[in-house]
Amino acid sequence: MSNKTIWTAVCGQSDLIPNSGICALVNNIQIALFYVQKEQSVFAIANHDPFSQANVLSRGLIGSKGDDLYVASPVYKQHFCLKSGRCLDDENTNIQAWPARIENGQVQVFF
Amino acid sequence: MSKTKLVIAGNGMVGHQFLQSLADSGQLANFEVTVFCEESRLAYDRVHLSAYFSGSTAEDLAMGNAEVYRSWGLNVLTGEKVAEIDRTRKSVTTDKGRELSYDKLVLATGSYPFVPPVPGHDRGQCLVYRTIDDLEAIAKAAKHSKIGTVVGGGLLGLEAAKALKDLGLETHVVEFAPRLMAVQLDNGGGAMLRQKIEALGVTVHTEKNTQLIDEGEQCFHKMNFADGEVLETDLILFSAGIRPRDELARQCELEVGERGGIVINNYCQTSDPAIYAIGECALWNKQIFGLVAPGNQMAKVTVSHLTNGPDSFTGADMSTKLKLMGVDVASIGDAHSRTPGARNYSFVDEREGIYKKLVVSEDGKTLLGAILVGDAEQYGTLLQYMLNGIHLPEYPDTLILPSRGDDQQTGLGVAALPETAQICSCHDVSKGDVRAALDTGYCTLGDVKGATKAATGCGGCAALLTDLVNHELEEMGVEVNRDLCEHFPYNRQDLYNLIRVEEIRSFDELLDKHGSGHGCEICRPAVGNILASCWNDFILSEKNVALQDTNDTFMANMQKDGTYSVVPRVAGGEITADKLITLGQVAKKYNLYSKITGGQRVDLFGARLEQLPPIWEELIAAGFETGHAYGKSLRTVKSCVGSTWCRFGVDDSAGLAIELEDRYKGLRAPHKIKFAVSGCTRECAEAQSKDIGIIATENGWNLYVCGNGGMKPRHGDLFATDLDKKTLISYIDRILMFYIKTADRLQRTSVWMENMEGGLDYLRGVIIEDSLSLAEELEQQMSHVAATYQCEWKTTLENPEALKRFRQFVNTNARDSNVVFVEERQQIRPATPEEKADIRAEPIKLVS
Ligand code: SRM
Ligand SMILES: Cc1cc2nc3c(=O)[nH]c(=O)nc-3n(C[C@H](O)[C@H](O)[C@H](O)COP(=O)(O)OP(=O)(O)OC[C@H]3O[C@@H](n4cnc5c(N)ncnc54)[C@H](O)[C@@H]3O)c2cc1C
Ligand code: SF4
Ligand code: FES
Repeated sequence: MSNKTIWTAVCGQSDLIPNSGICALVNNIQIALFYVQKEQSVFAIANHDPFSQANVLSRGLIGSKGDDLYVASPVYKQHFCLKSGRCLDDENTNIQAWPARIENGQVQVFF
Repeated sequence: MSKTKLVIAGNGMVGHQFLQSLADSGQLANFEVTVFCEESRLAYDRVHLSAYFSGSTAEDLAMGNAEVYRSWGLNVLTGEKVAEIDRTRKSVTTDKGRELSYDKLVLATGSYPFVPPVPGHDRGQCLVYRTIDDLEAIAKAAKHSKIGTVVGGGLLGLEAAKALKDLGLETHVVEFAPRLMAVQLDNGGGAMLRQKIEALGVTVHTEKNTQLIDEGEQCFHKMNFADGEVLETDLILFSAGIRPRDELARQCELEVGERGGIVINNYCQTSDPAIYAIGECALWNKQIFGLVAPGNQMAKVTVSHLTNGPDSFTGADMSTKLKLMGVDVASIGDAHSRTPGARNYSFVDEREGIYKKLVVSEDGKTLLGAILVGDAEQYGTLLQYMLNGIHLPEYPDTLILPSRGDDQQTGLGVAALPETAQICSCHDVSKGDVRAALDTGYCTLGDVKGATKAATGCGGCAALLTDLVNHELEEMGVEVNRDLCEHFPYNRQDLYNLIRVEEIRSFDELLDKHGSGHGCEICRPAVGNILASCWNDFILSEKNVALQDTNDTFMANMQKDGTYSVVPRVAGGEITADKLITLGQVAKKYNLYSKITGGQRVDLFGARLEQLPPIWEELIAAGFETGHAYGKSLRTVKSCVGSTWCRFGVDDSAGLAIELEDRYKGLRAPHKIKFAVSGCTRECAEAQSKDIGIIATENGWNLYVCGNGGMKPRHGDLFATDLDKKTLISYIDRILMFYIKTADRLQRTSVWMENMEGGLDYLRGVIIEDSLSLAEELEQQMSHVAATYQCEWKTTLENPEALKRFRQFVNTNARDSNVVFVEERQQIRPATPEEKADIRAEPIKLVS
């Protein structure tokens, strides 16, 4: 893995699914990407679910609690904040989150 | 201190309450208790006696329990009655010759049905309605009877008439007075009740005085009335009132009333202070109380008096609310407006069959009484107005006039009730008691019921109790929110209606119009599911895709390691050899774990996300369809082999199962739905444990509804019998669509039924009698769903946009290295974390 963080293109904008998730493999790390259509924004968090040990968060449902956008794990339903990777049900658990954006039809992650 | 020798004669409803209260008082240790119980059974719920004819067993009705009584240290003797009391020696002698001395004696001997001394009343097939033994005799006599007649059109008589109707007899009610339920109702109410009951097929004869019962010509009996008319009937049930069982009191010369009843004071003591009388045998202030609630109060007062407590009996309210053959009837307080100066308001709706009357004090400020027939929803509110003397609104008639859409609030807020207001009369629970239970930490309706017993008797107070508990919880800052979630201020039923009425076709449209925020994992699938129930659009279309639970999105069930299972539909469990071979070939090719499910089909486990489309491609080519194992939708219609092969089968159960599975496949509902069809009563398909269960009979099909296996098993209720196939299917259409319309999110049909006010009878009304005029609409809605069925997997395979989702990674064809299998019993299974650490370097080879 390079130790220099840069905006890395991971897929095309057309690969995104509105209000839902997909998964990309970058430097052998699985990244779950979510596209929230209303705000036209894209979020990147780890695909690995620390509770079930399965690589599945990209297949969870997204939702909001107050202002926090989150994804609910499809296995045991814990909620992870899309912006920060913070687990909303267990303050001792965090997963990685990366800044992400759409540029010229490309999805980029600050990786 | 030596123990007080306490003898109790009678273990009926009130006798049981007495023992319960004594146990609750914590002072059992000070007494040596002997109970004599004339009946062969311990106390049971007489109030719900009629349920014995609609499926309840003696065990269901039981209240007293020999184990529990033993654990309380009571000596209980069943089938033995007190025959004599010797007050000077303070002893009782039983019909078995046993003699026992007492320090205190409690008479809880109840009452007996009065049989008018009409000549012929003692012919065979003349019965009464009081005990389980009576019911058994009635059921036996009904077997060789066609026509049954109840003498007496009071509360119990009408209940008995229902029993005869349930037994399949042509039913008549003969009443001496000019109207039904003369004690509780006035002429208007009685007439309305008569009209409704006659509509249900019971013939009512009023002002009939039976003078002689003799041999009939067509039937077993002929009843001859004073006006010269006659009625032929095979069976006669006397229900002409009750008489207190005061024979022991008379024998030992206690004071009894002019018209019977053992005279008691405010502490329930008889004229001999060592002897108490409670329940229906007791006469207080020249009054007999023929209801269980006042009896229970007397039981508690007696326990209090025996243990030096302060309680006293001060009379009881005789208001009643009941459902007679599905008709709501209620009578409150001074229903006949006997109070001087009382003024009446009444409302009659002949089309709907509703009669309501209010009796108001001369100054118009307080409610004295009321009568409700056909709609007794306001019972709880009106009763509280009357009992607590709460000031009436300026126009009291608003309390009984139907609301016409404007949001005029006529209900009485529970907040207005004083602390002492009695919420549940059966168990004497006040508003204060409910609040106390909530204060000690009980915080759901179920908990409060358990702790206070409120609403566990006749059930008449259930609505009021719910309001009160919700109100109190809200006051305590506990959120009692029936909204689906923070994004919609509506419950599931509201959303369903909005979607139907406004023809909303997408989540975004609904959120824009009626919600806020982004939605969540609660409302998204719930709304997706409602949209599918209503419009049946493709679930992976762009507007719907983000709504589905992960299993629906990928049309497969996710397993613990992120792989999926594949379950093709095998309608009715019937499958050809070729199809079985295909399943085997596919399982082999993709190295999937194979298992026969509990639903008579095959589940293939361990498919990776990207393998799902090619697997389904092969299955569909071989003629399979998706099995919806992932959806809140129809799962399987289990079948037995039926008459085609089985020597006992009376009809083609497998054929019907396949037809039904084809009709309802793909139907989305609040929760999953399972069916089964058995070819005869041996019930090899276990139909009675399904949401919809069908059993073949010689004359058609019997339909059972709302059964359930799973976490809390429930046997289905017998809904209708001997149906032809067309009627059967129309009933199922209606039931399922009504369930979809009215159930909560994730509520199985069993729980839906248990929460339904009016229960099975109500559902029968809606489905069979079309009481809500919904039948046609429900059938149309179901036809729409059936006509728009598509195999979701087939549609997906034809749709490149939808297929896009079935990629592990958008940017490479690599696989998820975390999915690792090991072999067990010649098949794959997910590796444990330890095993994974060992073998990750070299995953087992998989074909793809
Ligand atoms: C595969 C199977 C077990 C088996 O190996 O036989 C099974 C497997 C699952 N059952 Fe089941 N149930 C299976 C038959 C049953 C049965 C028996 C039956 O249908 O005759 C029952 C009891 C009957 C009933 O439902 O009334 C049953 C009662 C449940 C329940 C409890 C439902 C309840 O109301 O209490 C759940 C949990 C739920 O649905 O919320 C459940 C949930 C599940 C889930 C979906 C749990 C999950 O979310 O992962 C399992 C995943 C299935 C999969 O991956 O394909 N399963 N499950 C059976 C599939 C039948 C089929 O062909 O579709
Ligand atoms: C079909 C039906 C429906 C009803 N519906 C309602 C309703 O909706 N609401 C309501 O409030 N009430 C209703 N009632 C009335 C209610 O059941 C009675 O008020 C209640 O059962 C009275 O209880 P009890 O203990 O006084 O008498 P019972 O329950 O009759 O018990 C008396 C027991 O004492 C036994 N016994 C008598 N003499 C002796 C003796 N010498 N020695 C030993 N044992 C003896 C009897 O065999 C009997 O088992 C209904 C009654 C019936 C029959
Ligand atoms: S339910 Fe009856 S018909 Fe069906 S297999 Fe069993 S015995 Fe045969
Ligand atoms: S009033 Fe009968 S259960 Fe409460």
